[in-house]
Amino acid sequence: MKVHRQKRLGIILFIAAGLSISIALAAYALRQNISLFYTPTQVAEGEVPTGQHFRIGGMVKAGSFQSAQDSLRVEFVTTDYVSDVPIHYEGILPDLFREGQGLVAEGAMDAAGVFQASRVLAKHDENYMSQEVRAALDAAEASEMNSSPLAEQ
Amino acid sequence: MIPELGQFSLILALCLCVILGTLPLIGASRNNLLWMNLARPVTAGVFVFLAISIAILAYAFVQDDFSVQFVQQHSNLLLPTRYKVTAVWGGHEGSFLLWTFMLSGWMLAVSIYSKSMPIDFVARVLGVLGIICFAYILFMLATSNPFDRVVPLSPADGADLNSALQDIGFIIHPPTLYMGYVGFSVVFAFAMAALLSGRLDAAWARWCRPWANTAWAVLTLGIALGSWWAYYELGWGGWWAWDPVENPPLITWLFGTAMIHSLAATEKRGVFKSWTVLLAILAFAGSLLGTFITRSGLLTSVHAFASDPTRGVFILLIFGLAIGFALLLFALRAPLMKSDFGFSLLSREIFLLANNVILVVASASVLLGTLFPMVYQAITDELISIGPPYFNAIFAPLMVLLILLLGVGPICRWKKTSAQYLVMQLGRVALSSVALGVLLPLVVLLKFSVSATIASILASWICLAMLTDLVNKSANKITRLQGLKSLSLSYFGMQIAHFGVAVMLIGAAMTSNFSSEKSVLLASGESIDLGEYVFLFDGMTSVEGPNYIGDEAHIQVLRDGEFVRNLNPQRRLYVASGSPSTEMAIDAGFFRDLFITLGEAKEGGAWSMTIYIKPFIRWVWLGAIFMALGGLTAAGDKRYRRLRRRQEELLAEDLKANLQPAL
Repeated sequence: MKVHRQKRLGIILFIAAGLSISIALAAYALRQNISLFYTPTQVAEGEVPTGQHFRIGGMVKAGSFQSAQDSLRVEFVTTDYVSDVPIHYEGILPDLFREGQGLVAEGAMDAAGVFQASRVLAKHDENYMSQEVRAALDAAEASEMNSSPLAEQ
Repeated sequence: MIPELGQFSLILALCLCVILGTLPLIGASRNNLLWMNLARPVTAGVFVFLAISIAILAYAFVQDDFSVQFVQQHSNLLLPTRYKVTAVWGGHEGSFLLWTFMLSGWMLAVSIYSKSMPIDFVARVLGVLGIICFAYILFMLATSNPFDRVVPLSPADGADLNSALQDIGFIIHPPTLYMGYVGFSVVFAFAMAALLSGRLDAAWARWCRPWANTAWAVLTLGIALGSWWAYYELGWGGWWAWDPVENPPLITWLFGTAMIHSLAATEKRGVFKSWTVLLAILAFAGSLLGTFITRSGLLTSVHAFASDPTRGVFILLIFGLAIGFALLLFALRAPLMKSDFGFSLLSREIFLLANNVILVVASASVLLGTLFPMVYQAITDELISIGPPYFNAIFAPLMVLLILLLGVGPICRWKKTSAQYLVMQLGRVALSSVALGVLLPLVVLLKFSVSATIASILASWICLAMLTDLVNKSANKITRLQGLKSLSLSYFGMQIAHFGVAVMLIGAAMTSNFSSEKSVLLASGESIDLGEYVFLFDGMTSVEGPNYIGDEAHIQVLRDGEFVRNLNPQRRLYVASGSPSTEMAIDAGFFRDLFITLGEAKEGGAWSMTIYIKPFIRWVWLGAIFMALGGLTAAGDKRYRRLRRRQEELLAEDLKANLQPAL
C-alpha cells in the first residue's frame, strides 16, 4: 500500500507542477496581451496616452471618407456623435466598411492626435451592431443626457 | 399548411423524447426488459420525425415560401437552389434544427450498431441522449422556432443569404462540424450510462472507443474545413485567428483528444477510469459552451447569430443542468471505480497521463483567453480583447512539449520500461532528427528561422520515432510484410494520426515563418514582383452571376519569365442585400499557395490588391485529414467487433441466467 500511495502522490505532484507552471505562463501571457477598448469621447478627453496600443470603436462619419489616388492610404473620421477621432489606415478595407456604419480599429494615437490604425474591422451586418460600437454609442448618449441640462443652466 | 406540419413533427419528436428519456432509464434500473426494449424503436421515431421536420424546412426554402420568417430572412428568389437548400443552416433557428437532427442521427446509429451491447446499457445510453435531445427540441420550440410565420401578409421576396455564406465551404463545413460536435454527446451518454450502471470496465471502454474515435475524427475534419473556408473566403491570408467562436470547437477537440488517449489506457490497462469519464463530461461541456457562445449574442463575429437574451439564458440553463447533474453523478459514483496504479514512473501510462495533462492545460488556457474578456466586461463594464499573441505564447511551448513526448510514448511499454531501452531506441532517432531538422529547411527553402528549424526537428522526431517503432513491431515475424500485417488497425490508426501531427506542424510553422505579402496599387499593364513570382495586371472585365454583379481582375503570374497561370479575383455586389463581397483568387500548390484579394478601384483604372505567397499552407489541412483518417482507421479495428461478438455470447448466457428466476 505504501508504494501505491507514493506513486499516487508522485502523480498528483506531477500534475500540480504542470498546472502551476502553466497558470503562471498563462497569467503572464494574458497581462502582456490585453488590448483595451476606448470610445471616441474617451480618446478626445485624453484618457489614452500617446503610443499606447488599443482598440477604438464608433461609426464611420458620413462624408468623411477620403482615399488617396496613388496609394493605399485612406482617411476617415470615427464618431460616437459626441466626439470625432480621425483615423489613418494603409491597406485594403473590409468588405463591410461603409460610411454611416459601425467599425472597430486597432492601433495607436500619434502626436498629431490622429489614430494610426494597423487593422480595421467592420464587425457588423445589417441586422446588428458590434458590441463595442454599441457600447461606444450608449456611453456617448448617456454623457449627452448628463451634460445637456448643465449646458442649459 | 406544410410548414405547420414541420412544427407538428417537431412536437411529436419532443413527445417521443419524453418517452425515450424516462421509460428505458427506469426500465434499466428496475430490470424491466419491455421498457428497455422501447429505446430502439422510439429512437428511430425521433429520428424520423426530425428528418421530416428538416426536410419540410428545406422544402419551404426551395419553394420560396417567404411567409416563413426564417426563409424570408435567409433566402431570396434569385438564390441558386443549392444555397436555398443549405440556407437551412444559414441562421440560428435552422442550424439548431440541423444540430438536433444530427444528434438524432447519432442516436439512430447507436441503436443500430449496438446489437452486441447488453440491452440495459443501450437503454441507458439512448435514454441519456433522449434527455439531451428533449432539451434541444424544447429550446427550439420555446425560443427559436424555424417554422414561425410572418403575419399577416407574407413578403414577396426574401432578404437573401449572407453573401459570405454563398460558397461551397458553407455547404460542407457546418454539417461536418456539427456532426463532430454532437458526436461527443454520444461519448457523454456512454460515460453517464457507465456511471448510472456502475459498470466502468475494459468492456465499457471497448464499446465506447469506436464512437469516441469517430466523433473525434469528424470534429477534426469539421474544424479543418472551417479553417480552410475562412482562409479562402474571408481573405485575410491566415488559417486560424483565435477568434472567440473558433475556440470552443478547439477546446472540445483538445478535451476530446485527451479523452481518446485516456480511453486507450482504460481499455488496455484498466487505468484512469474516472479521469476518462471526467474528460467525456468536459468535452460535452465544451460543445455546449460553443453553442452558448455563438447563440447567446455574447459575441459579434461572422459566426455569431443575432442576439436574443432569452436564448442565452435557456442554453445556460441546459448547460448548468446537464453539467451539474453529470458532475454530481460523477462525484457520487467515481470513488466506487477503483483504478489500478500498477505502473512504474517510466511507462506508457505515464506518457499518456502527461499527454492528458498537457492537452487539458492547453484547453483550459484557450478557455481562459476566450472567456476572460466576457467575465472582465461583466465585472468592470470595460471592454477588452485578447489577441492571438496570448494564445500563441501559451500554445506553442505546450505543443513542443507534447510532441517531444509523442515520440517516446508509443515506443514505451505498458507498465514498465527501462530508461536504457528508451535511450537505445531513441538516441539515434534524436540525433538524426536534429540533423535532418536543421538541414531540411536550409536545403529546401534556402532560408533559416529558429522556430521553423524547431518545427522541422520535431516533425522529423515524430516520423523517425514512428519508423523505429514500426521496424521493432514488425520484426517478430519471418518477413517484414507478415510482421506489418500482424499489427492491428488501431495501431496503424494511431501512427497515421501522429503522422498527421507532423504534417500539420510543418505546415503551420512554414506558413507562419516564410509567408510574404504585399498590398499594392496596380494600373492595367503594370506588374509587381513578390518572391520569385511576377504578377502582371491585364485589366478588368465585368461579370454577372445569378444573384450578383461584379468586376473581375485578370492577373498573369510569371515565374522566371515563364507563364504559370492566370488568377482572377473578383469583387461582387449581391443585388438583393446590397452587400459587397470579395472573391479571392488562389493558385493552390503542394509547396505554396499564391493568393490575391482585390481591394477597390482608384482613379485612372488602378486597383488596390493584396498578394500573398503562403508556403506549405496546404499541409495544415492535409495534416488534419491524416489525423481524421487515423481516427477512423482506429475506429474500424476488427478487435472491437470481434470482442463484441464474444461479449454478446457471454451476455446472452448471462441474460438467460438472469431472466430465468424472473420468469
